[in-house]
Amino acid sequence: MNWWLDGLLIVALLVTAVAMLVSRDLFRAVVMFMAFGLLMAVAWVRLQAPDIALAEVAIGAGLSGVLLLDAVSHFQRGQRRQQPPEGK
Amino acid sequence: MRRRLLLFLTLAACAGFTVALAAAVLHAAGAALPSALPEQLAASLGSSGVEHPVTAVLLNFRNYDTLLEIGVLVIAGMVGISLASTSSLEDPALRSSDSLLYALQRWFVPLMLLLALYLLWAGADRPGGAFQAGAVLAATGVLMRLGGLPMEFVRPGVLLRLGLVLGFAVFLLVAVAGALAGEAFLAYPPGMAGGLILTIEIVLTLSIGMILLALFVAAPVSDEHEPEEGAGP
Repeated sequence: MNWWLDGLLIVALLVTAVAMLVSRDLFRAVVMFMAFGLLMAVAWVRLQAPDIALAEVAIGAGLSGVLLLDAVSHFQRGQRRQQPPEGK
Repeated sequence: MRRRLLLFLTLAACAGFTVALAAAVLHAAGAALPSALPEQLAASLGSSGVEHPVTAVLLNFRNYDTLLEIGVLVIAGMVGISLASTSSLEDPALRSSDSLLYALQRWFVPLMLLLALYLLWAGADRPGGAFQAGAVLAATGVLMRLGGLPMEFVRPGVLLRLGLVLGFAVFLLVAVAGALAGEAFLAYPPGMAGGLILTIEIVLTLSIGMILLALFVAAPVSDEHEPEEGAGP
């Protein structure tokens, strides 16, 4: 049972990591980053490190994710302003 | 063709590195612990003032590292604020006024404040502590800002500056006071460790929350001043 769970966790971590890296859409990459952070927190719990899991959820997935989302929205707003309206 | 070869070589190097790393980790996991650190920690846990080993290490046995971490965070917060090009950190135009978010806040903000308080208090005997509580506090501030609640206290005034350095200052004060009283630098006087750690954790939580929030709030630079890279005429 535990091996099955851990294997699933590792596969999910790898899939989210690869999806985050290859995604062309920045918003999707950020969402993948947050999903990766949450899965990583579960992995820390499985490794019996609940302190690190808490920090990972709060800082890694939560705050960094929000900061990145903010950056993406500003980035896209800047791009939209530079492109002529018919460009998109 | 050449690009494909380069890609193949890069992938092969990455795979080789991964295999070497996995072998090293498996090798390290199989070896016995090199020292008697867990036993030492368990033996001296009673004199640390807290019951949770991680908190004992972070805020008593290795509190020098924690002090330096807070110093780094304070510097990062100062740099973040000084990079903000707007004079007021709390710019009403930058808020998103989402009515759903505004309504949800009434439920979330008190709960998150309670959670931060719980994490701070729980740090003494179970997982939790100042960093996690500070992060939750900062997330609450981010939510409040996104929902459009006015936050006068993040103006770059005296209050914000005091909040940024409060944790570091109190921590340093305790450290120097210990040194002046004849103990080692950063050593707590015997019998007062628990209370001092709790005081330090409370001010650290406030400071960490404020620093992270200031980093978030100061992050958006106004678009007019921002030189886009590679976007010259």
